[in-house]
Amino acid sequence: MDNIMPVLAVRNMSVRFGESCEYCIKGCAVEKGRCPYCHTIWALNKVSFNLYPGEILGIVGESGSGKSTLLKALYFDMEVSCGEAYLSEYREGRENIFEISSQQKRYIRNHKMGMVYQNPVMGLRMNFSNSANVAEKLIAAGIRNAGNMTQRAEYLLSHVEVPVSRIKEEPKNFSGGMQQRVQISKALANNPPVLLLDEVTTGLDLSVQARVLDLIKKIQLELGISMIVVSHDLSVIRMMSDRTLVMLGGRIVEEGLTDQILEDPIHEFTQTLVHSLL
Amino acid sequence: MADNNKNPHYNFAFLDEGSKREIRRSILKAVAIPGYQVPFGSRELPIGRGWGTGGLQITLSIIGKADVLKVIDQGSDDSVNAVSIRKLAVATTGIETTAYTNEATVIQSRHRIPEEKLRNDQIMVLQVPNPEPLRYVTPKEAVSRKLHAEAEYSGIWLRLYEGIVKYGHTVTGADHPVSVSGRYVMNPSPIPRFDNPKLHNSDCLYLFGAGREKKIYAVPPHTDVVSLAYDDYPFSIENVKGRVCKLCGATGVFFDEIFDSDTNEHFFQCSDSGFCEKRRREVN
Ligand SMILES: Nc1ncnc2c1ncn2[C@@H]1O[C@H](COP(=O)(O)OP(=O)(O)O)[C@@H](O)[C@H]1O
Ligand SMILES: [Mg+2]
Ligand SMILES: [Zn+2]
Repeated sequence: MDNIMPVLAVRNMSVRFGESCEYCIKGCAVEKGRCPYCHTIWALNKVSFNLYPGEILGIVGESGSGKSTLLKALYFDMEVSCGEAYLSEYREGRENIFEISSQQKRYIRNHKMGMVYQNPVMGLRMNFSNSANVAEKLIAAGIRNAGNMTQRAEYLLSHVEVPVSRIKEEPKNFSGGMQQRVQISKALANNPPVLLLDEVTTGLDLSVQARVLDLIKKIQLELGISMIVVSHDLSVIRMMSDRTLVMLGGRIVEEGLTDQILEDPIHEFTQTLVHSLL
Repeated sequence: MADNNKNPHYNFAFLDEGSKREIRRSILKAVAIPGYQVPFGSRELPIGRGWGTGGLQITLSIIGKADVLKVIDQGSDDSVNAVSIRKLAVATTGIETTAYTNEATVIQSRHRIPEEKLRNDQIMVLQVPNPEPLRYVTPKEAVSRKLHAEAEYSGIWLRLYEGIVKYGHTVTGADHPVSVSGRYVMNPSPIPRFDNPKLHNSDCLYLFGAGREKKIYAVPPHTDVVSLAYDDYPFSIENVKGRVCKLCGATGVFFDEIFDSDTNEHFFQCSDSGFCEKRRREVN
């Protein structure tokens, strides 16, 4: 894929919690995401990867390995400590999106990336109607016609199989699976080229899980959108992703085609992960 | 004659000269940036906060010996709140007061703008309980400031939209947000929507004071003030068609709805009591 321009290119991205010291700042001392000298947590430690057009990139790793931090920092919910990221659809991929103004970051959040949080409370306004939740993104895009927004919200919500009869309801009265559907339609409101999904199905019943994952695949095929699917559950990753990154202690320890990783895991940690699946 | 009413123990207009100067500087800044909330060091007054101290500090800072003051509360000159504010102003300045809008040079009000068109030589001071239109979007001052700086008002538009989804129309009663000079979104204070159009391209200067929240903002004369609304749900004022004031016969003004439990009678009268009284006086 070397000659294809990535939709998103991430380089040496680090997020730390704590002051850091002369040892861990060089990156050599950190073990399992924590500096033994100053106890700074390196939730992400010089992570680099590409997301290619139209692919679903899986990120798998145990709890605490830095998966959510990666997505949140990409979506500007938290600051990176250092690193670069380039979006091909933002100024032709020439500007490090971690260093642009907060107005520009908001523009990217509304137009160029969508995010589906593990916890729907993070992504939805629970006391507003489902319709308003989707419309929030349309308002941010400058639409000032309420009828047009309602039409678009109806279209998007019915697309994720939320019945039109329920769009005036508030997501707080919805089941977990339905809330994730609302989050997905909200994230897609302005046709972003990149969709980030953090443990979308964690905590859902297995049957619901399968239907939500099917839906995401269907949307990906229809829209050709590029996705990053994060999960601690390798079976989700196996079902969803073409290519997979394996994370451990804030680092990417293995990267490759999902089938390859499942068949012939190289890193010791990945081997344990794969064996637990079998 | 006026000076006879002044209690000699007070500094003119109660506040010390330094405080008044500081408040006037905040007012000037507010006038220079229409709709922008200027923080100011809110002073203690012998009136409880939440009872119009923000407006009163403005009034006391701008008032001079030749001014004529009108104080109204929800349209009425005789409510307890209006009376106590007027008393304090008179006791500390000795200035004249009036109930008639056309006679006043400074008008302090809560919840209403008078019916009579205000002139270029008049200043309208409005008392503000909640100055921040973004407050229900975020409780954090640092965040709302940033949103203002970036003119990011999606949260306000969202609330208007939610009203349309749930009730078929925007549901703001009083305090319908306005865009000032195409830049800042502002709470016009809890005036009815009926009064919002009076802010647009007016001849007079409007000053807004929030004592508890320590903010002053302004709409200078001839400023564009647009009430926020979606293209397909235009802004509309309260419907007053078919209503007539029982006392003076006025139509097309803002009314109080009165229910007389003795006679079981339901009727309307002018909310602006000074306006109503003047009409009745003219008839007689
Ligand atoms: N706000 C925070 N403050 C301190 N440490 C944090 C914070 N957020 C995450 N961490 C730490 O960063 C590491 C990565 O967390 P996270 O990205 O949530 O992992 P994952 O999503 O893979 O379970 C964990 O050690 C976690 O405790
Ligand atoms: Mg996580
Ligand atoms: Zn260290």
